[in-house]
Amino acid sequence: MPAVQKLRVRFAKRGRLRFTSHRDFQRAFERALRRADVPMAWSQGFTPHPKVSYAGAAPTGAASEAEYLELAVTRVCDPEQVRAALDAALPPGLDVVQVVEAGPGALADRLQASSWAIELPGAVPEQAAAAVTEFLAAASVPVERLTKNRVRQLDPRAAVLRLTADTAADPVTLRTVVRHQSPTVRPDEVLAGLRLVAGFTPPQPPRAVRLAQGEWDDDTGELADPLADAPERHDT
Amino acid sequence: MPVESLFDQLEPLLARVSKPIQYVGGELGATVKDWDAAEVRWALMYPDAYEVGLPNQGVQILYELLNEQDGVLAERTYAVWPDLERLMREHGIAQFTVDAHRPVGAFDLLGVSFATELGYTNLLTALDLAGIPLLSADRGDDHPIVLAGGHAAFNPEPVADFLDAAVLGDGEEIVLAVTEVVREWKAEGSPGGRDELLLRLAAGGGVYVPRFYDVTYRPDGAIAAVVPNRPGVPETVRKHTVMDLDQWPYPRKPLVPLAETVHERYSVEIFRGCTRGCRFCQAGMITRPVRERSVETVGAMVAEGVRNSGFAEVGLLSLSSADHSEIGEIAKGLADRYEGTNTSLSLPSTRVDAFNVTLADELSRNGRRSGLTFAPEGGTERMRRVINKMVSEDDLIRTVSTAYGSGWRQVKLYFMCGLPTETDDDVLAIADLAKRVIEAGRQASGRGDIRCTVSIGGFVPKPHTPFQWAGQADHEVVDARLRKLREKVKSDRRFGKAIGLRYHEGKPSMVEGLLSRGDRRVGRVIKAVWDDGGRFDGWGEHFSYDRWTACAEAALAGEPVDLAWYTTRERDRDEVLPWDHLDSGLDRDWLWDDWQDAVDEVELDDCRWTPCFDCGVCPSMGTEIQTGPTGRTLLPLTPV
Repeated sequence: MPAVQKLRVRFAKRGRLRFTSHRDFQRAFERALRRADVPMAWSQGFTPHPKVSYAGAAPTGAASEAEYLELAVTRVCDPEQVRAALDAALPPGLDVVQVVEAGPGALADRLQASSWAIELPGAVPEQAAAAVTEFLAAASVPVERLTKNRVRQLDPRAAVLRLTADTAADPVTLRTVVRHQSPTVRPDEVLAGLRLVAGFTPPQPPRAVRLAQGEWDDDTGELADPLADAPERHDT
Repeated sequence: MPVESLFDQLEPLLARVSKPIQYVGGELGATVKDWDAAEVRWALMYPDAYEVGLPNQGVQILYELLNEQDGVLAERTYAVWPDLERLMREHGIAQFTVDAHRPVGAFDLLGVSFATELGYTNLLTALDLAGIPLLSADRGDDHPIVLAGGHAAFNPEPVADFLDAAVLGDGEEIVLAVTEVVREWKAEGSPGGRDELLLRLAAGGGVYVPRFYDVTYRPDGAIAAVVPNRPGVPETVRKHTVMDLDQWPYPRKPLVPLAETVHERYSVEIFRGCTRGCRFCQAGMITRPVRERSVETVGAMVAEGVRNSGFAEVGLLSLSSADHSEIGEIAKGLADRYEGTNTSLSLPSTRVDAFNVTLADELSRNGRRSGLTFAPEGGTERMRRVINKMVSEDDLIRTVSTAYGSGWRQVKLYFMCGLPTETDDDVLAIADLAKRVIEAGRQASGRGDIRCTVSIGGFVPKPHTPFQWAGQADHEVVDARLRKLREKVKSDRRFGKAIGLRYHEGKPSMVEGLLSRGDRRVGRVIKAVWDDGGRFDGWGEHFSYDRWTACAEAALAGEPVDLAWYTTRERDRDEVLPWDHLDSGLDRDWLWDDWQDAVDEVELDDCRWTPCFDCGVCPSMGTEIQTGPTGRTLLPLTPV
């Protein structure tokens, strides 16, 4: 059956389920679609798959309040009903926050940057703040990412639109906005940058959470909500 | 005593290990109950990695059943990989359950399900990480009762020193009975401590407590006798048989993991037991008699299980699924129900029989036809008579022709190597058979691109089977035969690409043989291997044959027995076998006669459609065959 509607979904990865990898999430989500009886459109071919497009996923181990995907359905659905049904069908910790009918343009085009909070348990606030200052003062900060087959060079400095150390928070927390590029810079790589420029190493594993994704507004210093201009729905 | 979650301590380590999701729990279908409100607390372990252990039916059934009981709590624990084990030791974190991350040492009972003997070293890791003394004799009143079940528990002697108790057979009823004994004993204020609790468990005759049996040996190394050393402890311990599967429709709320696991499907047992009588098959021997689940219950369980889980695949499990007397109705009913929903149905174990192809056609009518699997097990008709796998070569050719003719592109054939009386010719004949299969398939399908994959496993003689007396083939013999087979398959270019050959080297089978038919002295070998770092013996990358042989030599030094004595040696009729005091219901004389029939190449029919051949199970266990047809049908689902 042909797709008649596209829905955009914002979901969160919370608590212990932040250790869910993207592949794990995909399997869980496809099962949730079945349990929730969402009238999915399916791809053709030898192994049909429900039509879901996933936007760039937060790394395994990072929590997120702002993950996005888009799905195609064969019957016009009430987005709020889909949200509630999917949320009930996913385990607690994978939480469906918002579902809207797709607005114009591609979803990926609206997800140009991410805002992160990176908690640094056990870190000394002054050291974190000093490292941030040095990082921001650098023209570029070349770090490496090891993938299975090769080493990639990244420059987290070029990707970072904003970075502050919230020394009043307990534990001390980095707040950063990172522009998406290929490959997208992860919180770990921002930390690798701090280590490189200032020798700053958190004493315990940091805890990162993605707070928002959206289009970066240079003037306001805010990320625009990618689901903000969903079309008005008129129930038939 | 308050019991705290270990998760806060564990969490910082998870970023440093592979696949951390396997340690966090929180699966759909998982249950966390109030610790303090529970009177009896079970930790259930599958002693392998989460990805293998989570789908295990036995653990899922008992987990759900126990958690349904008032005042009873059950949580799950699995073997942790060496990367996390190292970190847990470094940070002093105990073996934990994945449900509420409670320390395993705080539970009343640790139930361990041994589907295979290769999980024994993983049990020791879990005990040690839990702070539970490895030896039952060293445990005190505050330690959990360590109780084993599963097929390997039909000879728990190699791990007897590490276990407090073992149960044989179906777990549903005995797990509740054990729970009641523990509940009463605790309610009375735990009189007499651990010893009294174990005595109460043993006195019923349904729980084996190794410490209440003394084993003595003869100078030649064989067992002289196994004798109870306490009044009130029975001489033999009986297996358990659930007689009405419809009364036990579990799992109802299947566990749906976030991590990827080996089986991603909703599985329902359509029957238990098998009387085909394949002489190598321990599962078929120890699970008799056949007890079918009714069409309606299967239909209802599948409906609820799929709805609760969202799985896209349904597995209809049993030891030989096409043998259900109403399998046609089940297959057609489910295929009708799930038509157009992208839900696939599978029959994992099928016999060589054209009817199976019809069934498979039905089950796959909306999906793809990729591969069908059959298990002739032996390469020649002579070999198949020895193992009582009653399949003629013509049957097989007819069956695969039907399969290729109805659109299946690939047929997988399972065989064993190292069977009793086997010669090189029996194994080389597999090549001829595979070639005939391809020829027949090319003719039936009119295509050149069909394939046949031949998978070969090494045979390991198992307790409670007619082959329990047989000498296991040495791994060098098995490896040499498989090399010759490979050469023969490769030598004929017409089939080079059409026939795939898969086998593993024979060494791990020797260790499996040692652990399968070992006695209590083998416990020392297991301990030595574990001390030396042995873990995850079912995994090629962790298994070390050299470690096992070196440890066996050291641990058995001074004994009249060694690795070969336990494995390649044929036993005589009078030898006391380590599991003779554990009653699977099979009559020992019948097993011996069946072993002699095997050597004489005499086949035995199935008691479902021929008269009883007196294997002994039904009269001694008070059971009977339960098969249909009932004439009932799969109830249609009411649309919600």
